[in-house]
Amino acid sequence: MNKYHQISLSVNGKNIQREVPARLMLADFLRQDLSLTGTHLGCEHGVCGACTVLLDGDAVRSCLMFAVQADGREITTIEGLTPNEGLSSLQKSFCDHHALQCGFCTPGMIVTAEAFLQRGGKIDEASAREAISGNLCRCTGYQPIVAAIVVESKRRTTTAEAGDAR
Amino acid sequence: MLANSSGEAKVIAGGQSLVPAMNLRLSAPKVLVDLTGLEELTKLGLADDGSLAVGAMVTHSRMLHDGQVKKGWPVIEQVLPFVAHEQIRNRGTIGGSLCHADPAAEWAAICVLLDAKIYVQGPSGKRAIPASKFSSGVYETDLEPNEILTEVVFPPAPDHMRWGFHEISRRHGDFAMAGAIVGVGLDSAGRLTDIRLVVFAVEDKPRRIDADVSHCLGMTFDAASIDALSLSAASCVTPRSDLHASAELRSDLVYACVRTALMRVIGITTVRQV
Repeated sequence: MNKYHQISLSVNGKNIQREVPARLMLADFLRQDLSLTGTHLGCEHGVCGACTVLLDGDAVRSCLMFAVQADGREITTIEGLTPNEGLSSLQKSFCDHHALQCGFCTPGMIVTAEAFLQRGGKIDEASAREAISGNLCRCTGYQPIVAAIVVESKRRTTTAEAGDAR
Repeated sequence: MLANSSGEAKVIAGGQSLVPAMNLRLSAPKVLVDLTGLEELTKLGLADDGSLAVGAMVTHSRMLHDGQVKKGWPVIEQVLPFVAHEQIRNRGTIGGSLCHADPAAEWAAICVLLDAKIYVQGPSGKRAIPASKFSSGVYETDLEPNEILTEVVFPPAPDHMRWGFHEISRRHGDFAMAGAIVGVGLDSAGRLTDIRLVVFAVEDKPRRIDADVSHCLGMTFDAASIDALSLSAASCVTPRSDLHASAELRSDLVYACVRTALMRVIGITTVRQV
C-alpha cells in the first residue's frame, strides 16, 4: 500500500503540488505544509467547527478529511477569504458587532458564514443561528455573531439591489 | 483490496464517522479504501418504475437540496436537517451512514420507514437487502468484509400519506436520544387508514412498529387517537440504557417523539409537553 501520495490541488486560487503521507489530515497539511495557520484545530473530531474550510465552495471540516482526499479539488481557507489589505465586509461586520473575543473560533465562523451568505437562501436570525450551529464559541454567547451575519446579509442585499437599480 | 487485507482494511466514504473514530484512536485500520473515485456511486436519479436510486456516495446535502427528492419523498427533506451540521452533511454520505449503523442515525430510520432496498456488491456478485434487515445491531450490519454498499433504492412513496418527524437530543445536530418518523393516511372522514411508524435511537436499530399501533386504524385522527398511538408506541419498545439516557427516560421520550411527530403531520409545530 502507498504510504505517500502525490496530490495536486488549488488552495486559495493557487495551484499546489505536494507529496503527502496517506495519513496526513487536510487541516495539518494546510497549517504545517502550507503555513496557512488561520485554520484552527480545536477538537479534531468534527464537533467544534474551528477547522472549517471551503471544499469546492462547500463548508467542510478539514480535521475529518485526509489531505489526499483534496486531490484535484479547490480549497479556500480563511486566508483566501481575507483581502490582501484590510478585512472583508463580513470580517468588518464581526468587528463592528464585537462578534469575537478570544478569536479561536472566528476563522471557522467566518468561513461557515461566508458559505451560508453565498448560498443565497433566506437569511434571518433563525437561519443564521442554524447555519453556525456546527461551530462552537465559548466566549460570545453567539448573539453578536448572529447579528454580524444578519446585518452583513442585509448590507449585501441592499448593495445588490442598488446595483440592479443602476 | 478488501479481500486481501485479512480484515485490516476499512472502506471510507464521507469519513464523517470513521475519521473521528480514528482521530480518537478508537479505530486504527491499516489500510483505507476510499470510494471517492467510483463515479457510479454518486448517481442520483429516478428509475423507470418511479423509484429513486441513490448511489452510496451521495451526500446528505445533495439529498436535502434535490428537487426530485423534495417532490416524491418529502419526508426526507423534513428529517435531513437534523443529520449533524451543514459541514458534516456536505461530506457525509447515505452509504457511509448506513454501514456505520449507529442506532441514532436518521438515514437508517428513513430507509426502514420507506421500505428501501439496499444493494451491496462483493466478489461473489450483487445482492439486495431490505432496509429492515441491513443493520443487525449497534454498529453491525449484514455486510460481508469484502462487500461494499453500492446503492439504496426507495420505492415510490405513497402520495396519499402525510409525514411527521421528531427527535430529541441535547443540542440540535447531536445524536438523538430518541426519535420517531411517522406516515399517516386518512380517509375523507378524517379516519386513519394507514400508519407507518419507525422509532430510532431507542433500541439497537430502528424498528417499524406499525403492527403495535394498528389498533388505532379506523379511529378519527384527533388528540385522543394521537395520545393512544403514542402510548402504544412507548409501551412496545425495549429501550437501551446508556450514558445519554436511561431506558426509562427513553420510553418517555418515545411517547413525546411519536406525539410530536403526529402533531407535525397536521401542521402543529409547537407542542406543550405533558
